[in-house]
Amino acid sequence: MLQGEHITVRYGSCVVVDDLSFHLGEGEWLMLAGPNGAGKSTLIETIAQGVPYTGAIRWKDEDLRTLKGTRLAQRIGVLSQKNNVGYAYTVEEVVSLGRYAYKGGLFSGRDEQGKTEVEKALEITGLTELRHASMLTLSGGEMQRVFLAQVFAQNPQVLILDEPANHLDLKYQQHIFSLISEWLKEPGRAVLSVVHDLSLARRYGTHAILMDHGKSISQGLIREVMTPENLQQVYGMNVYAWMQEMLSQWQ
Amino acid sequence: MLDSRQLKRERFTPLTYLFLTLALLFTMLLCICVGSVSISFSDTITAVWNAIRGIPASGSTSGNIILNVRLPRVLCVTLAGAALSLCGAAMQGLLRNPLADGSTMGVSSGAALGAVIAMAAGFTLPGFSYGGIMVTAMAFAFGSLILILSLAYSLDHSLSTNSIILIGVIFTMFISSIISLIITFASDHTRSLSFWTLGSFSGVNYDQVKLLLIALVICGGILIRFASELNAFAIGEDNARHIGVNVKRVKLIVLITVSVLIGVCVSISGTISFVGLVMPHIARMLVGPNHKRLLPASLFSGAIFLLLADLTARTILSPIELSIGVVTSLVGAVFFVVIFYKTRKAR
Repeated sequence: MLQGEHITVRYGSCVVVDDLSFHLGEGEWLMLAGPNGAGKSTLIETIAQGVPYTGAIRWKDEDLRTLKGTRLAQRIGVLSQKNNVGYAYTVEEVVSLGRYAYKGGLFSGRDEQGKTEVEKALEITGLTELRHASMLTLSGGEMQRVFLAQVFAQNPQVLILDEPANHLDLKYQQHIFSLISEWLKEPGRAVLSVVHDLSLARRYGTHAILMDHGKSISQGLIREVMTPENLQQVYGMNVYAWMQEMLSQWQ
Repeated sequence: MLDSRQLKRERFTPLTYLFLTLALLFTMLLCICVGSVSISFSDTITAVWNAIRGIPASGSTSGNIILNVRLPRVLCVTLAGAALSLCGAAMQGLLRNPLADGSTMGVSSGAALGAVIAMAAGFTLPGFSYGGIMVTAMAFAFGSLILILSLAYSLDHSLSTNSIILIGVIFTMFISSIISLIITFASDHTRSLSFWTLGSFSGVNYDQVKLLLIALVICGGILIRFASELNAFAIGEDNARHIGVNVKRVKLIVLITVSVLIGVCVSISGTISFVGLVMPHIARMLVGPNHKRLLPASLFSGAIFLLLADLTARTILSPIELSIGVVTSLVGAVFFVVIFYKTRKAR
């Protein structure tokens, strides 16, 4: 579905993403892993066309660079790490903005399908009760659910996530990840995400790219990528031993 | 607990519109009646009604005052108040910054500098003597907006409240001194310094009403057309891009539109501070932050506020007339501190 070819991103003389290619197929959940500064978030912004780059990113046969903003948004939805809202918008207003890409010109009719999509998104994320609440009163977890609902209402085929549950309580983390894996079950969809927590990556991911210094060290099926040797090379520590030691605390 | 968080916010119903329209009409009527010569409500209504029906003023003094002095002034104030408030609302949404406004960001002073330069140099457009001043004011407004935003951007990429306001204030002071310098050398050709820094509506006529009306209809139409995009910007620029908004294009169009509108206002009435800062906040309290309701509500609140400010300016120390900016700044400065304090605390 989504294919990156020789993507390179430079900030001045600094190469942040270095000649990276990838492939994302239908039904796959591709995890981007790697230490801080590996270029994961930049790669994600690049795919969302927020950063100038060389190389090509293709959606089926279209070059993403040539797509209009709304057409891009109909195909790719992004959930960022942190969203702050400065004004007292209601939950429903924020979620409804997810339908922006489907609104026609000034004189087009009401977006009836959009209304049902918004309803559905509110319901799936458990926000129906809070629909008239002000964004300023929400907790971090609720706020992130609102933006997840917005991207569900946007109804893209690829969902791109940048550490979607990074600063959330465990309960919300679990909630967000199970919502996304439910979403992925519909045919014609795929997910690409940056996740710091390697256990979460293994639990939910089907495929992975291990990045370091802007380069892809290894990519493919998650079990083949996250081997002790690869992780040792990238993180400079015995990740397996550490993870098992952490787990043993609970036995 | 849930209930306490639900916003009790009615839709911006026709009833709200009706109420705002009535409030505006009442204020306009009040401003026509009250002045150095008091005129009764019924005389005012008769005179205005006759003028609308095309019956010439009967030559009475009160009729003359109403039609040739007060009515154009009140119309000008109404339109300028609506325009400035609309610009403030649009900029506060676009930049996601509750303190953004033509006067706090230095856009108005930039426009004033343009107007002063055009006047001093005698720059006119063929067939439309006032056009040169107006076009230069618009160009300078846009230029200062771009300058201030790029300076603020180079300071910190998030375009935070503090850096924009800081640069705006310094820029305003810098421009004011240049304006006074030009006026010192070319005082015969330009209007007084206090006009440019504090604003005034004395002596306006129907030509200026027409100009303001045209500018407001065109620019206001464009801004209201972009209400959804402004909502997306107010929630966050990255989020706006992710949902498919063409952020560069929208930003450019909104900034140009705002510059044009501010340029027209400044060239007619000088810089009037704080209208665009305060009134969108009042409107937001009434109808919420959604620009589909906020922009129309800001038009009304701005118009009413500026009418009352103008009324105060010309009556409180009668027969001396205060600059209108004295009144708006007194109210606005206090309000500014309150908003600034609140946004700092919210962090």
